Amino acid sequence: MAIPPPERADVAVPPPEGADIDVPPPEGPPRRPVISLRKITKVYRMGEIEVAALRGVSLDVLPGELVSVMGASGSGKSTMMNILGCLDTPSSGRYLLDGVDVRRLDETILARVRNRKIGFVFQSFNLIPRTSAVANVEMPLAYAGVGARERRARAMAALEEVGLADRAHHLPNELSGGQQQRAAVARAIATNPSLILADEPTGNLDTRSTHEIMDIFARLNQDGRTVVLITHEPEVAELTRRIVRLRDGLVLSDESTAGEHLHASDMGAR
Amino acid sequence: MSWLENVRISLRGLNANKLRSSLTVLGILIGVGAVIILVAVGTGSSQAVQNRIKALGTNTITVLGTGRFGRGPATTGTQTRAATLTAADVGLLQDRTQAPDILTVSPVDSTSVTATNGAATSTMTVTGTTPTYIGASDFQLQAGRNLTSSDVTAHTRVAVVGTTLVSDLFSAGANPIGSVISLGSLQVQIVGVLATKGSTGNNDPNAVAIIPYTTAQDRLTGYSASFSELIVQSRSSSDINAAESEAASILAGANHTTVSALPFNFLNEGSLLSTSQSTNQTFTVLLGAVAAISLLVGGIGIMNIMLVTVTERTREIGIRKAIGAPKSAILGQFLTEAVILSLIGGVAGVIIGVAGSHFRIVGVQPVLSWQSIVEAFGVAVAVGVFFGFYPANRAASMRPIDALRYE
Ligand SMILES: Nc1ncnc2c1ncn2[C@@H]1O[C@H](COP(=O)(O)OP(=O)(O)OP(=O)(O)O)[C@@H](O)[C@H]1O
Ligand SMILES: [Mg+2]
Repeated sequence: MAIPPPERADVAVPPPEGADIDVPPPEGPPRRPVISLRKITKVYRMGEIEVAALRGVSLDVLPGELVSVMGASGSGKSTMMNILGCLDTPSSGRYLLDGVDVRRLDETILARVRNRKIGFVFQSFNLIPRTSAVANVEMPLAYAGVGARERRARAMAALEEVGLADRAHHLPNELSGGQQQRAAVARAIATNPSLILADEPTGNLDTRSTHEIMDIFARLNQDGRTVVLITHEPEVAELTRRIVRLRDGLVLSDESTAGEHLHASDMGAR
Repeated sequence: MSWLENVRISLRGLNANKLRSSLTVLGILIGVGAVIILVAVGTGSSQAVQNRIKALGTNTITVLGTGRFGRGPATTGTQTRAATLTAADVGLLQDRTQAPDILTVSPVDSTSVTATNGAATSTMTVTGTTPTYIGASDFQLQAGRNLTSSDVTAHTRVAVVGTTLVSDLFSAGANPIGSVISLGSLQVQIVGVLATKGSTGNNDPNAVAIIPYTTAQDRLTGYSASFSELIVQSRSSSDINAAESEAASILAGANHTTVSALPFNFLNEGSLLSTSQSTNQTFTVLLGAVAAISLLVGGIGIMNIMLVTVTERTREIGIRKAIGAPKSAILGQFLTEAVILSLIGGVAGVIIGVAGSHFRIVGVQPVLSWQSIVEAFGVAVAVGVFFGFYPANRAASMRPIDALRYE
C-alpha cells in the first residue's frame, strides 16, 4: 500500500508534477523554503554558567530537499533539530516554518504542527514501552482525530512502507534496534507530514539496518517529502544531496553534491 | 481525541502497574466503605435508642413526687406541709375543663418484693396503680384481663404480671392465669399476663406485677395517701407540652404554690426523645467525620500515585507531545486515570459498605442511609478529580523537550 503524497502547507508550492529530483529545479519563481532559520541562537543557562549551543545559525531548506547535518559532538546539531521540530524554542532569532514565524503560534497550534506537518525520528527510537508497534504508529493519528478503523489501516500502511507489517503486534522490547527504528519512522510518517526530521536515526544501528533506514528516507524524499537528518557517518551523509556542517554552534559549510544520484544500496560499494 | 480513547489509554496505563493501582483503589475503597458503614452504625444506634424511648410512649409525662426519693419535704413560703402526689391530685388532673389535653392519669406506688409460687422465688417490682397504667406505659395484655376500677375501689387482691415473673415462677407452658402467688406478705391471684416489652435500660420491664394501688397501700407500701409518681398521658404526642403545663399549674394550684416552686419533677418523654435525637446526630456526624478523614487520606494517596506516575512516565509524556499530543489530551489522560481509580474505589467502597452494613456491629444493627452512600461516592470521585488535577496539569504543561530529556 502506498502512502499518499504529503500534505503541503497552503503557502508552499508543490514540486512540478513528474519533476526529476536529480536535476535542479526548473526555471520559475523561487520556491519558498520549508525551513528558514535566521540568526538562531540557543543559550542554556546552568546556574552561573551559560552554554551557547547555537550562536547564530541561518539556514534555508527548500521543499523536497534531502539534507544531512554533520558536525562534531556538542556542535549544536540536536539543539538545532529540536528547534526545527518545534520541541524547543530558540533564545533569539527567527524560525519560519512554511513562512510562518513559529513564535507566533500558541501551544495548541504547535501541537498540531508537530502532529501533521513534522515527523520526528529520534536516535533512541522513543517508542512508548509496553505498547505494540502498530499502537505506537496509531498514536499520532489518534491525536489527529482519525477514527479507530481508518487509523488502524493507515498505521498498517505506514508499517508496510517501512517493511514492518509482519511485526505490527510486537512490543518495542520484542523488536531489534533496526526494527524499532523502522517502527519509529512509520510513526513519524503516519500522519503524512511534509517534513521529516531525524536526529541520528542510524546512530544506534549496524550497517545493514542503516541501509534499510536510509533506503526508507531516500524513498520518502523521492515521494516529495523534505528530509533533514543528522548523522555522524560520512557514508550516510554522502547519500544526501546537501550536507550542512556545524561547528561550535555556527554553520561551518553548506555544500551541495547535486548531480550524484545516490541510493542507499550503493553505500557498501563506496 | 474521544473520551473513549482517553479511557482506553488510561486503562492501559493503570494496567501496567496493577499493584500500585489496586493499592490506590484500596485507599479510596476503605474511605468510602468506612463512611457508609460508620454512618449506618451511627444511624442504627440512634434509631435503636429512639425506638426504646418511643417504647416508653412518647405521649406520657412522669410526675415524680419528692418524698419517697429522699429529697426531703418541700417548704415554700407560707406552706410547711410536704408537697405530695395524692389521690385528690389524680382527680384534679382528670378534670376535662381544667386539663383538656390530658387523657389519663395513673398513680404509681411501687416497691420491690420477693414473689413466690411454691418453691420458686423471684425479685419483682410491684406497681400499685389504676387500670389506665398499662396503656400509658405502653404495655399490652397478652392474656387474661386488665385491672378494673372496681378492683381499685374494692381493694381486690388481683395482679397483672409480666413475662419475666411468669417464666421465673411457673414451669414452661403452664397457664399462670388463675394461680395465686405471694408478693411478699400479699397473696394475689393472677388475672392477666402482659406481652413482653423491650427494655429501655438496665431494668427488666417485664419483672413486674401490677396490682390496684389500694391493695398495694393496704399490704405493701403502707397507707400514706401519697404516690411516688403519676403517669400523665396526653391525648397525642403533639399535645404533650400542653399537657405538661396543665398538669404543672393544676398541681401548683393544689399545693398553693407556683409552677416554678413546685417540688415535683416532670419527665417529658417527648423532650427526652428530641434530646437523644440531637445527641445521636452529633454521634453520627462524629463517626462520619472520622470516616471522611480516611477518605481524604485515600485522596492524598491518589495524588501521590499520580505524581509518581507522572514522574515515571515523563519521557512518555515527552514522546506524546513530540508526536503532537495537545495539552488537553495529556491532561485528559492523567485526569481520566485518577478518576478511574477513584471511581473503581468508590464503587467497590459502596459495595463493601452496603454489604458490611448488613452485619451487627458492636451490638448495633446498622441502618443504611442513601444520603451517605451518594455523598461518599460523590466525594470519592471529587477527590479523584481534585487530587488528580495537579499531577495531570503538571504533566500536560511540560515542554516536550524537557519531558524528553527527563531521566
Ligand atoms: N539541556 C541542556 N542543558 C545545558 N546544556 C545543554 C543542553 N543540551 C545541550 N547542551 C549543550 O549544548 C551544546 C550542544 O549540544 P547538542 O546536543 O546540540 O550537541 P550535538 O551536536 O547534538 O552533539 P552529539 O553529536 O553528541 O549529539 C553542548 O555543549 C551541550 O553540552
Ligand atoms: Mg545530538
